[in-house]
Amino acid sequence: MNIFKKTIFSVLLSLLVVGNVHADKIRIGTEGAYPPWNSKDESGKLIGFEVELAYTLCRYIGQQCTIVEQDWDGMIPALIMRKFDAIMAGMSITAERQKAISFSQGYADEVASLAVMKGSSLEGLDTPAGINLTKPNAAAKKALKTLTSALAGKTVCVQTATIHQNFLDSGDVGKVNVRTYKTQDEVNLDLASGRCDAALAAAVAFSDYAEKSGKPVVLTGPTFSGGAFGNGVGVGIRKDDTELLKKFNAAINKARQNGDISRIATKWFGFDASM
Amino acid sequence: MDFELMINSFPKLLSAATITLKLLSVSLIIGLFIGLLFAILRLNKNIFLNKFAYGYSYLFRGTPLLVQIFIIYFGLGQIEYLRTTFLWVILKEPYWCAIIAFALNTGAYTSEILRSAFQTIKPGFIEAGKSLGISSRIIFYKIQIPIAIRQSLPAYGNEIILMMKGTSLASTVTIMDLTGVAKYIISTTFRPVEVFIVAGGIYLFMTFVIHNIIKYLEKKYSFT
Repeated sequence: MNIFKKTIFSVLLSLLVVGNVHADKIRIGTEGAYPPWNSKDESGKLIGFEVELAYTLCRYIGQQCTIVEQDWDGMIPALIMRKFDAIMAGMSITAERQKAISFSQGYADEVASLAVMKGSSLEGLDTPAGINLTKPNAAAKKALKTLTSALAGKTVCVQTATIHQNFLDSGDVGKVNVRTYKTQDEVNLDLASGRCDAALAAAVAFSDYAEKSGKPVVLTGPTFSGGAFGNGVGVGIRKDDTELLKKFNAAINKARQNGDISRIATKWFGFDASM
Repeated sequence: MDFELMINSFPKLLSAATITLKLLSVSLIIGLFIGLLFAILRLNKNIFLNKFAYGYSYLFRGTPLLVQIFIIYFGLGQIEYLRTTFLWVILKEPYWCAIIAFALNTGAYTSEILRSAFQTIKPGFIEAGKSLGISSRIIFYKIQIPIAIRQSLPAYGNEIILMMKGTSLASTVTIMDLTGVAKYIISTTFRPVEVFIVAGGIYLFMTFVIHNIIKYLEKKYSFT
């Protein structure tokens, strides 16, 4: 073998090795715009509950991870098209999404809530503190009726392709004027400007915004869980990727047992949102 | 390829295309008036009016349409004082914010198209009018404007097509136009390729129709 052939061979071999190392890395997609789940600091670095949890889970799996940023509305298509291998983006486990992708067991749960500006006529609705829509009881049904009449003809703003949009489209609270936005930031902006009569998202997303912006955003009505709101937030994985799904489920088990999930959740949410 | 999804989403996208056409036609009509006004100002000898018209077209041609929409929609929405004035009745609505942005944008391009068309009118036409004793106002309305419009048809047809595609940005401010509805369907089916192919096909068809109307008008009003 002459020098030339040797060089070619070693270059090809190194490419092969580098390629393998790259394939070993788990690429995790997140939005980076939904604090405290995932967001960015001033320098543009991805931070948040799920970013920290992702690295912890990868340590338990024993593989390296890279976190990839992806717009929310293209999250599931990007996973399917193999732009990354897993989603950790505050994505609730719902039957609708499970038609397209698999989910690991849930690692955290959040409640959704309506928010309005202080002084709104929608403030202080006569409803229970929280309702579960999986098997709505009499009080929950009554609350939905109260909401239906309160929201009639109102504009309610949500981020596109979310459980919150699904809930409003489901007709559980009648025919409201739903307006959809690309990001939660834009929902917050239009809630504050008065273009939206109310907005629906994770309760923590609003309290985070109120705290950071100083705007008088207040929660109203019951907190929602179950039904269209899904069963907790899990890792989204391609359906044919059963190997990776097993790895994540095992890692979540370990992280839960060791108290990692509740520790990280308490750090970012201010309360234990783990499940 | 999920052909069933393509067929199912077609009627929804088609009805959303009427919103696209509405946005396009309203902003083109307003934009044409703005364009004509500013083209005339550009030809004015008054340096102040001239510079003002130049500045307007420079500003709106020099910045992306998306930025203009965002400034009008989200930017103006942040000014608290504005929300107490009657202007908020219009600016509160995403539809009118989009129309304002589109009309100002296409107005800037139209003013440039018309200005260059006015400048290419051969002096002979105007001199012929003058020699017949026609007043310069009548010359302007009956000779210069019709010739300028004819001269600018090819470039203006191009502008209509660009604007038609530009209306897809309305979806960024919550308007359910063709692109908005396409995104909505994708948000529940997670299949962007199929839906965007159908939406793209509808855009292409609209371009085809606009292109042929312009071609017909060019032929009809040709004076060579």
